[in-house]
Amino acid sequence: MAGAAGPGIGPGAAGGDGDDSLYPIAVLIDELRNEDVQLRLNSIKKLSTIALALGVERTRTELLPFLTDTIYDEDEVLLALAEQLGNFTGLVGGPDFAHCLLPPLESLATVEETVVRDKAVESLRQISQEHTPVALEAHFVPLVKRLASGDWFTSRTSACGLFSVCYPRASNALKAEIRQCFRSLCTDDTPMVRRAAASKLGEFAKVLELDSVKSEIVPLFTNLASDEQDSVRLLAVEACVSIAQLLSQDDLEALVMPTLRQAAEDKSWRVRYMVADKFSELQKAVGPKITLSDLIPAFQNLLKDCEAEVRAAAAHKVKELCENLPIEGRETIIMNQILPYIKELVSDTNQHVKSALASVIMGLSTILGKENTIEHLLPLFLAQLKDECPEVRLNIISNLDCVNEVIGIRQLSQSLLPAIVELAEDAKWRVRLAIIEYMPLLAGQLGVEFFDEKLNSLCMAWLVDHVYAIREAATSNLMKLVQKFGTEWAQNTIVPKVLVMANDPNYLHRMTTLFCINALSEACGQEITTKQMLPIVLKMAGDQVANVRFNVAKSLQKIGPILDTEALQEEVKPVLQKLGQDEDMDVKYFAQEAISGTCVSAARKYQRHTCPTRNGRTSAFFPKAETNTPGLKKEHKQKIKKVPHILHFLLNEIFTSRSSHQSLFRGAWFTK
Amino acid sequence: METKLPPASTPTSPSSPGLSPVPPPDKVDGFSRRSLRRARPRRSHSSSQFRYQSNQQELTPLPLLKDVPASELHDLLSRKLAQCGVMFDFLDCVADLKGKEVKRAALNELVECVGSTRGVLIEPVYPDIIRMISVNIFRTLPPSENPEFDPEEDEPNLEPSWPHLQLVYEFFLRFLESPDFQPSVAKRYVDQKFVLMLLELFDSEDPREREYLKTILHRVYGKFLGLRAYIRKQCSHIFLRFIYELEHFNGVAELLEILGSIINGFALPLKTEHKQFLVRVLIPLHSVKSLSVFHAQLAYCVVQFLEKDATLTEHVIRGLLKYWPKTCTQKEVMFLGEMEEILDVIEPSQFVKIQEPLFKQVARCVSSPHFQVAERALYFWNNEYILSLIEDNCHTVLPAVFGTLYQVSKEHWNQTIVSLIYNVLKTFMEMNGKLFDELTASYKLEKQQEQQKARERQELWQGLEELRLRRLQGTQGAKEAPLQRLTPQVAASGGQS
Repeated sequence: MAGAAGPGIGPGAAGGDGDDSLYPIAVLIDELRNEDVQLRLNSIKKLSTIALALGVERTRTELLPFLTDTIYDEDEVLLALAEQLGNFTGLVGGPDFAHCLLPPLESLATVEETVVRDKAVESLRQISQEHTPVALEAHFVPLVKRLASGDWFTSRTSACGLFSVCYPRASNALKAEIRQCFRSLCTDDTPMVRRAAASKLGEFAKVLELDSVKSEIVPLFTNLASDEQDSVRLLAVEACVSIAQLLSQDDLEALVMPTLRQAAEDKSWRVRYMVADKFSELQKAVGPKITLSDLIPAFQNLLKDCEAEVRAAAAHKVKELCENLPIEGRETIIMNQILPYIKELVSDTNQHVKSALASVIMGLSTILGKENTIEHLLPLFLAQLKDECPEVRLNIISNLDCVNEVIGIRQLSQSLLPAIVELAEDAKWRVRLAIIEYMPLLAGQLGVEFFDEKLNSLCMAWLVDHVYAIREAATSNLMKLVQKFGTEWAQNTIVPKVLVMANDPNYLHRMTTLFCINALSEACGQEITTKQMLPIVLKMAGDQVANVRFNVAKSLQKIGPILDTEALQEEVKPVLQKLGQDEDMDVKYFAQEAISGTCVSAARKYQRHTCPTRNGRTSAFFPKAETNTPGLKKEHKQKIKKVPHILHFLLNEIFTSRSSHQSLFRGAWFTK
Repeated sequence: METKLPPASTPTSPSSPGLSPVPPPDKVDGFSRRSLRRARPRRSHSSSQFRYQSNQQELTPLPLLKDVPASELHDLLSRKLAQCGVMFDFLDCVADLKGKEVKRAALNELVECVGSTRGVLIEPVYPDIIRMISVNIFRTLPPSENPEFDPEEDEPNLEPSWPHLQLVYEFFLRFLESPDFQPSVAKRYVDQKFVLMLLELFDSEDPREREYLKTILHRVYGKFLGLRAYIRKQCSHIFLRFIYELEHFNGVAELLEILGSIINGFALPLKTEHKQFLVRVLIPLHSVKSLSVFHAQLAYCVVQFLEKDATLTEHVIRGLLKYWPKTCTQKEVMFLGEMEEILDVIEPSQFVKIQEPLFKQVARCVSSPHFQVAERALYFWNNEYILSLIEDNCHTVLPAVFGTLYQVSKEHWNQTIVSLIYNVLKTFMEMNGKLFDELTASYKLEKQQEQQKARERQELWQGLEELRLRRLQGTQGAKEAPLQRLTPQVAASGGQS
């Protein structure tokens, strides 16, 4: 195709003309005007297709005027339109014509709905880069000025986002005008506009000349930072970061610091929160000298702020703050000026504060070194491991690796164990889930002996948890442990316990055995799988519960690649064939899936591969494309193929619901 | 800024130092001891104001106002006002009980005094009064304990300092309502800044506080003519922020209630500013998620506007149709309710202008699978005034709804809806039997045409898609000379059009 179109430009274009005549603009516009919103939306989303069909000139002369004139629609349609137009430059004829896109986007930028406006501004910013310098001055800057002087706040807020993209490429005279425009928006009567201006102040400052920053931006910043509305003041804090980066130390001290000090003690907690939240950025922006003289005292205040929100935000920044201090003298500063406050936060009354601290505090050990960690931090870690709030304990445990590098985990193990045990038995399953995820890490750090002694029983107990998500996590946890401790360990400690569960009276536990085998077989290798696991799986094919039986089929499919041909032919195949004749249709389905999908039929075909390697599970040796399953018509199979997604979902539902009436549950979706 | 103590708080406590042990200043911050006392930490609640106070002095009871001669009354009054400007920590419910009691008694006495005694409110006490009120009520509201606070489901966090705060509000209210009250004097102290801070307090989670604020703001609006425009403007800023930025403000219902009575008093013809407020603020307010909390007040405001000026009806109804809820059936029912209220007062000449889009929407509601929405829409036909409007405009309304009614009558799962639709169809049949028969006859044809159209549409888009692919391949093939490829095409298509 491409070859045909390549050399023959003439015929290709002629073909295009023929097509154009098929789609008069009226038909397309009809589509864009359809009464049904959904159809309108669909058409707008394919606007580029329409434009392509019309060609660049008709897009400019017919489509865009239409779009500009009829902008009164559902916000959803407008949003799609605003998004499309940002990528339209090529469709109107390239950069020389980019300004054609401005009128519709200008209207969209004045719409009431914020989402639409924001998207229009985003698109405008995008196409501003595609304007030639001349077009920028002739079309884009006037648009910004129009928006900035619009009579409703929506157009003025939109204008705020456009200054920084047009300023760098404008002429000097125009630059002065643009700055003037921005100044007036910063003192706008409507707080919405002042907020928009404040949030773009930093961005605008970055593209200005340094003199203008000092003479114009700084006064604006000072003004906004003392605005009557706290929602404006807090945005000024954000701008502070960008402005501070631009100024020299002396200017910083004179021009910005008074305002920043004031913000850190603002009467509104929202402003103080913002200071805490932006602390690391501020610290980097003002440099080490001012950090020591000003920011550290401010930070101390934030750490003991009367609002928990502020304390939590500050606590989050503890580690970053310490890390970014100048290395020389760092330890002394932390020990004398930060640590006392941290110590108090450990017993804070608010759990969010404590858990914020717990999520970063371990990071301090690498900064402070072994001795300080043992002497000063360890007591804090231990206290937090005993905290009443599980989140705090979890946050400590999840960051154990930081401490491990410095002092080794043994120092903690005495306190660690009770904390782990308690979390492992927490009433909230999400907490249990979280601690399971750290098990492999803990096991690696504590070593196999400690693990066998203290933690192994926990890991096994999770396998019979009453929540499916926990049992599932417990199975994959076992797999990771085997990867860590090796197959011999698995054979001695894990596998026997797992296999015993195959005789459990609860069918959910019996299924857990199967899930464990699915997870472990690969890590354990062919020998254990064939000798120990396979017999159990095969035995379970006679289970009275259908769920167990079809999971046997699934397991066989899963472990098939690990087994050798002989086992497949002699043992697996007959069982699957028997399950294929099962009275339950699901069992039948999965048995046939297993037969066709991988092992048996494939094994027959590829007999020369006597022993498939561990990781050659499917593709190379047992192609999935094998579809010649006897007994299933092609259409039928295609229909069934779609099921598994729903199936997985429903099975999850079934397993978590713990119903003993499994077959009833299974029936519900399948008969539908 | 006003939350700081008045700088000259010397008369706070004339007691000789050392009479009783002064609580150490650091205890004033009760925050750190909070959870120890609290069984349910989730319910804890704080105020940011104690930060600004240290060196708290002990309060001692002053003589009663009624016991002193008239010559000393005003001196004592200002000392009492200063006493009431001292703040206490209510999170620590056992801290400084004595001081709290002194202040409570003083506040009580002030409330009593300003409400019943004539001649107390002389000019020099105004600044003291306003300062006392400002110190007490103006504070940064604490962060919400529950970020997803749902006013309909969750218990609000109550203001812990309410025992004092209530008395301060009561005092403020009686002060404004006193026959001696002189707005001309007070306006020096109750200025724009004061009003702005008052409005910010409407975000309080405590409904008791908002109730007081509502009455107070209403009085302020009534007495200070110079602040009216400012109050309206700030209200609309609050609403716009609520609609477009935050979706969270607790006092919307209260503000709307005040506005309802303000709108009621607008002079005719309405100023453009007021009309703009309706179209650009009140109508978009319908789009907010928590509409149910303030819908009654909002609908009242809207109907007030329409009763003032019927020509606004078209704007309002088109606006409502624009913001019609897509997925929230609860809101849809509210919209239908409001629409019926509007139709109750609509002028027939206005009805004609919006009947078609309106009844298309009503038809969509009738076909809603949620039976409450369908039912609410069908109740329109039980309203006699609406029914008469429909009858007068049968030729437009009936074709707009017929197709949907006909289809839904055969398909709806809910029997009540089906029988309601039968009644409506019967009404139509009686209204204009001929038109009804015509529409029944053409219904099938239209259905077929629709299918035909859908097929054509699909073909159109398929064609366009193929064309696009071909073009893309074309451009890829001709990457070397993209302009050459585009130019002849542009010329050709330009010539065609």
